[in-house]
Amino acid sequence: MSLHLSTAAELGRGIAARKYSSVEVARHFLDRIGRSGPGLNAFVTVTGERALEDARRADARVARGEGGPLTGVPLAHKDIFCTAGILTSCGSRMLSNFVAPYDATVVERLDAAGMVLLGKTNMDEFAMGSSNETSYYGPVKNPWDTARVPGGSSGGSAAAVAARIAPVATGTDTGGSIRQPGALTGLTGFKPTYGRVSRYGMIAFASSLDQAGVLAQSAEDAALVLAAMAGHDPRDSTSVATPVPDYTAALARPLKGLRIGIISEFFGEGLDAGTGAAVRAAIDAFRAEGATVEELSLPNLPLSVPTYYVVAPAECSSNLSRYDGVRFGHRCKDPKDLLDLYKRTRGEGFGAEVKRRIMTGTYVLSAGYYDAYYLKAQKVRSLINDDFRRAFAKVDVLMGPTAPTPAFRIGAKTDDPILMYLNDIYTIGANLAGLPAVSVPCGLVDGLPVGLQIIGPHFAEERLLGAAHAWQRATDWHRRLPPAFA
Amino acid sequence: MTLTRRDVENIAHLARLEITEAELPVYVGSLSAILAFVEQLSGAATADVVPMAHPLEGQVQPLREDCVTESDRREAFQANAPAVEAGLYLVPKVIE
Repeated sequence: MSLHLSTAAELGRGIAARKYSSVEVARHFLDRIGRSGPGLNAFVTVTGERALEDARRADARVARGEGGPLTGVPLAHKDIFCTAGILTSCGSRMLSNFVAPYDATVVERLDAAGMVLLGKTNMDEFAMGSSNETSYYGPVKNPWDTARVPGGSSGGSAAAVAARIAPVATGTDTGGSIRQPGALTGLTGFKPTYGRVSRYGMIAFASSLDQAGVLAQSAEDAALVLAAMAGHDPRDSTSVATPVPDYTAALARPLKGLRIGIISEFFGEGLDAGTGAAVRAAIDAFRAEGATVEELSLPNLPLSVPTYYVVAPAECSSNLSRYDGVRFGHRCKDPKDLLDLYKRTRGEGFGAEVKRRIMTGTYVLSAGYYDAYYLKAQKVRSLINDDFRRAFAKVDVLMGPTAPTPAFRIGAKTDDPILMYLNDIYTIGANLAGLPAVSVPCGLVDGLPVGLQIIGPHFAEERLLGAAHAWQRATDWHRRLPPAFA
Repeated sequence: MTLTRRDVENIAHLARLEITEAELPVYVGSLSAILAFVEQLSGAATADVVPMAHPLEGQVQPLREDCVTESDRREAFQANAPAVEAGLYLVPKVIE
């Protein structure tokens, strides 16, 4: 049976039409996880029994005629979302014993939509990484070439969906952690506007940047899952009250008349030639479908990465101060006093990259350096935001590559943090400005997927979904599977 | 910006992180490299620029009624604690 070749939307329709049951679908994916999950290291926890319980409940709901478009469809959650009664590790030794006492709002809402939980996916520790090599649970492999990284930090979610061992998965995006792994594994990776999706129960990394989203096979799947996730949540003070529009209706938006801006700074030095050519060809195809295209300069955008590597570590050093070995998580053995408890607990519980970022953040926030680093970065963030605002006065969406190269080899960049950080050179801008953005597959370079990034103004999710769906009606890149997992 | 071993030891202390002898030179190198990398921000003209702390303009902190909305779940929360006794979290002796 080839259930795994179906998108989440197709599975939902099949279950609703009683062509197959949710239990059959869950068994099919659990079986695929059993065979391929360990090799890819995509999951931290597989929730087999829970999946079958959820599926039985979904089947009963469908039988009563009460199902929705996602009822009975399996999904995986990034292990950054709290799941009541289930290990929620955030890819860290620090939380390797943490069983969440409650569900994140995202988990609660997708559960209410009738989705079936397959498990929790591997990720860079505390979402800090671009290659999924910083996880306490080891690196995740890219299904397109298992010697290569799937991108990060939502790499387990990306690998799981790319290998079709899960039809869809959640992710989080602080500097590109949904879009970049989406690009590197041939998926539709959607990061909504800052504040669009509740972060209650989503473990914090950098609070002015973090946003939840989805790694999906198609724009249609992303629209369905996003519609179920989004909306105001009184338990998250950054969640916005703006009503959630009909994302699936937005899929039908025509391309004709869409004003596209090409970010010229995204096509300079450092961009792999094959990736650049694939992205250019995709933008030409949009033009052929009736969109207008103009090249725009966002002169401050090249400062995105240094700005991010002040702002994000500063916020992380503050957010991660809660891990003190007292209330939850790892605790060192036999602390001799409180200081020793803190230092050894944190020294042992955090991995090298997390410690590096905590220390970077501690330094840029420390007395005498705050103005020179943190305040300066917040001002440059304003300049970057202004660049985007000026651009969106002229065009409806901005386009460019998602990542500078296709997936690189495991271990290739682990010794050089700056080289690793530059993977997010095209994705960080949208986080700094809080903008929605999506990566859609637009070609293969040497057998590896590359992504086209589409960025919109605040709350323009519908526009992005319409453009992404139109692209996917005209092309089949999003239906290509890694040969070993077809 | 080049950090010394002493600088990194001090930062690690402020961050309450134990850093081993073997890790120290690695962090001296990589933190110095990161600070040198972010140094390029100093070239940006920001004289009259308002710092941006929040990505959505005009977003105000929402307030709610000051009333109890949570139930008492102390036992469930303390199930994750490394050491508790009689509903209290245990830590090493703080006051002599």
